[in-house]
Amino acid sequence: MKSKIILLATAAAMMAGPALAAEKIKIGFVTTLSKGPVVIGKDMQNSVELALDHIGRKMAGKDVEVVYGDDKFNPQDGKQETERLLQRDKVDIIAGYIWSNVLLASWPVARDAGKIMISSNAGPSQLAGKGCHKNFFNISWQNDQTPMALGELLNRQGVKSLYIIAPNYAAGKNMVSGVERTFKGKVVGKDMTKWPAQKEWAAELTKVKAANPEGVFVFYPGGHGPAFVKEFTLAGLNGKIPLYSVYTLDSISLPLFQKANMNGVMGTVMTQQWVPDLDNEQNKRFVADFKKKHGKYPSFYGSQAYDTIFFIKDAVEAVNGDMSNIDGLRARMQDTQFKSVRGKFKMGANHFPVQDFWSRKVVADADGNWTTSAGEVVLKDHQDVYAKDCKM
Amino acid sequence: MSWVFFTEQFLNGFQLGILLFLLAAGLTLVFGIMDLVNLAHGSLYMMGAFFCAQFYDWTDSFLFAIVLAVPATFLLGILVEVVTLRTLYTRNHLDQVLATFGLILIFNEIVLLVWPLEGLSMPVPTYLLGSVNLLFGIEYPIYRLLIILVGLAVAVALYFLVGRTRMGMLIRAGASNRRMLGALGIDVKRLYTLVFGLGALLAGLGGMMMAPILSASSGMGESVLILAFVVIVIGGIGSIRGAFIGAIIAGVIDTMGRSFLDVFLLLFLPANAAEAAGPALSSMLIYVLMAAVLTFRPQGLFPAKTG
Repeated sequence: MKSKIILLATAAAMMAGPALAAEKIKIGFVTTLSKGPVVIGKDMQNSVELALDHIGRKMAGKDVEVVYGDDKFNPQDGKQETERLLQRDKVDIIAGYIWSNVLLASWPVARDAGKIMISSNAGPSQLAGKGCHKNFFNISWQNDQTPMALGELLNRQGVKSLYIIAPNYAAGKNMVSGVERTFKGKVVGKDMTKWPAQKEWAAELTKVKAANPEGVFVFYPGGHGPAFVKEFTLAGLNGKIPLYSVYTLDSISLPLFQKANMNGVMGTVMTQQWVPDLDNEQNKRFVADFKKKHGKYPSFYGSQAYDTIFFIKDAVEAVNGDMSNIDGLRARMQDTQFKSVRGKFKMGANHFPVQDFWSRKVVADADGNWTTSAGEVVLKDHQDVYAKDCKM
Repeated sequence: MSWVFFTEQFLNGFQLGILLFLLAAGLTLVFGIMDLVNLAHGSLYMMGAFFCAQFYDWTDSFLFAIVLAVPATFLLGILVEVVTLRTLYTRNHLDQVLATFGLILIFNEIVLLVWPLEGLSMPVPTYLLGSVNLLFGIEYPIYRLLIILVGLAVAVALYFLVGRTRMGMLIRAGASNRRMLGALGIDVKRLYTLVFGLGALLAGLGGMMMAPILSASSGMGESVLILAFVVIVIGGIGSIRGAFIGAIIAGVIDTMGRSFLDVFLLLFLPANAAEAAGPALSSMLIYVLMAAVLTFRPQGLFPAKTG
């Protein structure tokens, strides 16, 4: 009898074994790879690849394959790539997404397919509040949070009047409402510019000069950031009016500034949930190995992409690599235990992180390369304001 | 104060217009005279920026960079014309759109392969930083003033070239009746190559002027190209004068919209609505103008004289 059972078990194992071994864990990753700020997309791709190297390209003993999709900086293309990855490549989980407008166009595809989607960067309010969903996770931040931290920082620094300039699209609007929510002084002017077409701010900067505020707040991700700061300098405002920014000065733009001798950005302050010199093992390994491999600092986009892979790995191992167990994956993601480069990490009830926001400052590192360095924690264990509207 | 503010904004608009003119001039020459729809014109603008930043890297001088980049974009334009566009003149516009769109993709990809992904940046030369005091307390950045002066110089030079020289005569004749021109023993092919090279040079010059501000990056030409097309529709296809005036009108209207529309809307809209409508409307203004021109004067404000 016993031998029969063993025989059956062996037979079952033989049947299941090869099938399991051949089965790979497939992750789709949509980012910008051929048009627009390709450099951000490549930075994320490099970070994903580094994370895969660090985990030996395996999760729960199975091979991991990441299939990349290229959103071409355009919501329509992002949506098509999401469809391709889900339908043709049959990925188990889809992640990535730099741009809020691309994410908002792509999310319904994953939702209708019943797959888990993880945003590695974009954090539009629409998906954090009423539109939250059990299968949608964000591993970065909700758009409003970083500017809320900045508003708080402005209060602490005693800034009384602020001029706001940001692009007129989903994320830009969130950034503005974020800083307005916490900033206690007066907003003396506000310009929302055409995105991404407008890359010239002569008119807005002349208005800034006329309004003469105690600070200017901007949000210009990608290639727009350096251009804005240049024009800010050109208008003679550098040194006269302090420039505060979110997602504008990063490891991608700072080398460009350094090359262009823009000493004015030295000491500029911003807020962020991650800083290259955060003191924890996971982060040290990430930054050191990234620098070794690519000869430059990773950006915050990269840090989040790196976290994404470890976040997925944590959930995949909790279900022993059974990717059909969506409920199990989801349960673990809600209660994730992965080691983040941010140090601690907790997932909120609306599937957006509850985390600290740091002030960070532009400095030169020991080798003379421009980077950012962590200051104080401005917002501690901060949860976004839309979470209360989320009913899952 | 408000008068100074208004003048400064007008200068800002004028400067944007000048930049658009540099692009539109080449586009209108090529489209009006050679009857070629060249979507890759923005790529030549981009290449001008990259050449400038690269030469700056080698020579450490903005002036040398420009001096080298100008002939480089001219030669690149000639190369593009000889290698690809020459075969397209007899084809219909759709084929031209397709082929030149392909060129955009090729140029964007080349740039990503040759130069770093984040693009090339270069500083604004220190002697061009800062502002000058124009009349009546108007402070204006020197670099923007330089762009205006370069654009005006180009406009004057083009005016003489097209209106007063033998080559200009040939260009105008080619626009009116190219077959007749050929029959009179003029090498129309060579003329076209030169015109295309000239257009490339002008677009490249626009890119060079913007390189210190924007940094050269892949795909930077596309959004400017759309505006340049709007400009030549407003100004009248094939006309340098039209391109100049159309560009200035577009630049000034766009800038003025961004400067004053939100305040203007506040007069009869609640703050929330004005805040939402302002940016949307101001980014639409020049397209509204284009639509109006197309409705009431489809040949453009200053059409080229033909026949």
